[in-house]
Amino acid sequence: MQKIRLLTDKILSKLMLFFTIASVSIVIIIGVGLYYRSRGVLDHASWWQLLSSSVWKPMKGLFGFYPFIMGTLWVTGIAIIIALPLCLLTAFYLSEYAHTRIKKILIPFVNLLSGIPPVIFGVWGVLFIIPLIQDHIAPHFVDFSTGYSVLAGGIVLAIMIFPLIVSIVSEVLRTIPQELKDASLALGATRWETIKKVTFRKALPGIIAATVLAISRAFGETIAVLMVCGNNAVVPHSVFDTGYPLPALIANNYGDMMSIPLYDSALMFAALLLFIIILLFNIISRLILARLERNLVG
Amino acid sequence: MIKRKIEEYFFKTLMILATIIVVGSFFLIVGTIFSKGLPYMTLDMVTKVPGGGFYIGKEGGVLNAIIGSLYIAGGATVLGLIISIPVAIYINMYLNNKNFISNLLRTVFDVLFGIPSIVYGAFGFLIMVYFGLRASLLGGTIAVTLLIIPVLVRTLDEVIRTVPGELRDAALSLGATRWEAAKVVLRQIRPGIYTAILLAFGRGIGDVASVLFTAGFSDNIPTSLHEPAATLPLAIFFQLGSPIAEVQGRAYASALILTIVVLIITLLSELLIKKFSKHKIG
Amino acid sequence: MTNTTPHISVQDLNVHIGNQHILKNISIDIPNKKVTSIIGPSGCGKTTLLKSFNRLLDNTADVKITGKVLVDGEDIYDPNAEITHIRKKMGLLSQRPYPLPMSIYDNVAYGPRIHGNPKKKDLDILVEQQLRATGLWGEVKDRLNASATRLSIGQQQRLCLARGLAVNPEIILGDESTSALDPVSTNIIENLFIELKEKYSIVLVTHILRQAARVSDYIIFVYMGEIIEYGPTKELLHNPKEKLTQEYVKGYIV
Repeated sequence: MQKIRLLTDKILSKLMLFFTIASVSIVIIIGVGLYYRSRGVLDHASWWQLLSSSVWKPMKGLFGFYPFIMGTLWVTGIAIIIALPLCLLTAFYLSEYAHTRIKKILIPFVNLLSGIPPVIFGVWGVLFIIPLIQDHIAPHFVDFSTGYSVLAGGIVLAIMIFPLIVSIVSEVLRTIPQELKDASLALGATRWETIKKVTFRKALPGIIAATVLAISRAFGETIAVLMVCGNNAVVPHSVFDTGYPLPALIANNYGDMMSIPLYDSALMFAALLLFIIILLFNIISRLILARLERNLVG
Repeated sequence: MIKRKIEEYFFKTLMILATIIVVGSFFLIVGTIFSKGLPYMTLDMVTKVPGGGFYIGKEGGVLNAIIGSLYIAGGATVLGLIISIPVAIYINMYLNNKNFISNLLRTVFDVLFGIPSIVYGAFGFLIMVYFGLRASLLGGTIAVTLLIIPVLVRTLDEVIRTVPGELRDAALSLGATRWEAAKVVLRQIRPGIYTAILLAFGRGIGDVASVLFTAGFSDNIPTSLHEPAATLPLAIFFQLGSPIAEVQGRAYASALILTIVVLIITLLSELLIKKFSKHKIG
Repeated sequence: MTNTTPHISVQDLNVHIGNQHILKNISIDIPNKKVTSIIGPSGCGKTTLLKSFNRLLDNTADVKITGKVLVDGEDIYDPNAEITHIRKKMGLLSQRPYPLPMSIYDNVAYGPRIHGNPKKKDLDILVEQQLRATGLWGEVKDRLNASATRLSIGQQQRLCLARGLAVNPEIILGDESTSALDPVSTNIIENLFIELKEKYSIVLVTHILRQAARVSDYIIFVYMGEIIEYGPTKELLHNPKEKLTQEYVKGYIV
């Protein structure tokens, strides 16, 4: 009996180890796989050429990814500019000012927001944001706009990352001991002064980590931005211009992928780009967190 | 002194406004979907597959997509669990918890969690091409499984970590093997496991980019793994792109269906989380 | 009771937290420029009483406070009272040191900077003064810009004391402030309290009878939210009048 138990344990532990290693190696396999399938375009042009050229003519075998990279940056940038201040204010309010009863009512709704699938955000964007921009916002600034723009993409993305930032920052704030805040209050500081000078500082590493994660989430969002960005392969120059973020590029053209030579490897290259950038961001976010934590703990 | 008071008042007001915007956006979105989708919502939508001229405005519903999504999300969740539970247990119980390796593993899974679904979709496509599979139920399930493994591992890991070390030690000190102690832990966190399942399922059912290349699309309910399968998000996307108002309206109704399903799942998991924190030891 | 005007005068204070009646009909005077210790078994309301003095109690969830607490004759629970002004009068030393996430210098300078716009020169003098007063100056004068978290726990607690003194309080409140410290640091802090009572009124919550005996002039014994007995240290410890007090101090030998 004893032998069977020990044997079971041993076998299972080997099995678990196998699964773990397999899962972890998926990162490597994905990277390698994407790289191999991108070799097609890489044989014809260098990394630098691919990344800096704006010429996108698949039929002629010309693949310049610059407009798409810029499209991604514009949309993500707008999203962060909108979401970060709003979410920080919200997280601080919920943690430092709101009564428990109010918190209990409000927080579930923020969580529910995170469950809404991206395609629904896209539909809402088309229904609500596009007309809003076309009819009410853009006329103040430009002569003509269909409403399909990086602004629309940015707004929709911003709302999508609200729950991410709010929940991480709230978590971080929860770890700050009340006694630390009391120490500041006991010296006669107001609640806002305590937030400004003590709580915010203590929470900073967490806030940075949350921002980096939010950026990487925004980078990779596909369907919602695809539906509202306009999808023209040009570099945006204003928030009202259309954009064509990388994920949208991949999603939109997979149908043509196999029929035009090199197109499939170009799209795989785009996927590889996304993969690398997001990987880097995730790793950087971890490093920042680790280092800042070491500093504060001393 | 007055300046300090004004500053406090100003920022407090700002904070309240921000909170209203953030929380309000949920109602705005759900409200819009409901108001646009409800008029087009009929029983047919959920009970019939698309008829001949569905996409130009004629008979049918989106049952094909509903079932397809359920199959894929369900299959992926089951497969995902088979892989994730052992992994989560391994990280927590077979390695010393504070070990460098277990933290490294957690980081890797956090990174996997952050990879966007389009990359998983592209990768899934590569696998399919390599094995000569066509866009099908199987392909879609594989891609979604890859997508939700990190979700499951992360959630399960968090949940297992809430079990105090003393409970695990108690089992081990009675002479239990690590696996037997793990069973004790799993029983303790059962609501947490349900939460993980719900979250992963919700993620799987609503995602587009992973099934875009890999599941194909079909007006019929798939009867075998090798047949292409329709998914709700894709159905919404395609219908929305139609120039015919009636079909667009159906897109809204389909969006409504998806929204309701996901809201129910999220609500259930919230309830479970609450129930979970009431009963756990320590 | 003393003849001089009490620094803090509590009148009919009742505190409810949730459904529990934590402090019941507390009326007591805290004498000026003396050390008063509040003793009693765990959970009897000592810390709650202390926190009611600088209104930090207000932040507790579900709290209801009735009664008056007069500091220098003014009721701090008056609806028109200005909280930050009240808190400035009192320095708080918690159970564990909580250095603010900034340098040693900035920790001490925090209070003065909030309440005014001190010039750098004046601030330097003030920081040195308070660090000297708590015996830290020699140990930290070369690294004032280092993070306060790098100090040892004993040093951190002294830093918190210096920080509290920098805002020129009248009263010092200590909430079991040596319980996280080693014996040497505890000794230093206890001696500091004895020195500081020349300038400040000090109220300490402690569960260490030996400490209360060594440091304080007066002792308040609290049990289950009520004040059972109050009096000069030697009297209360050697000749307690109430039976409960006798039970509690039974273990104490001079």
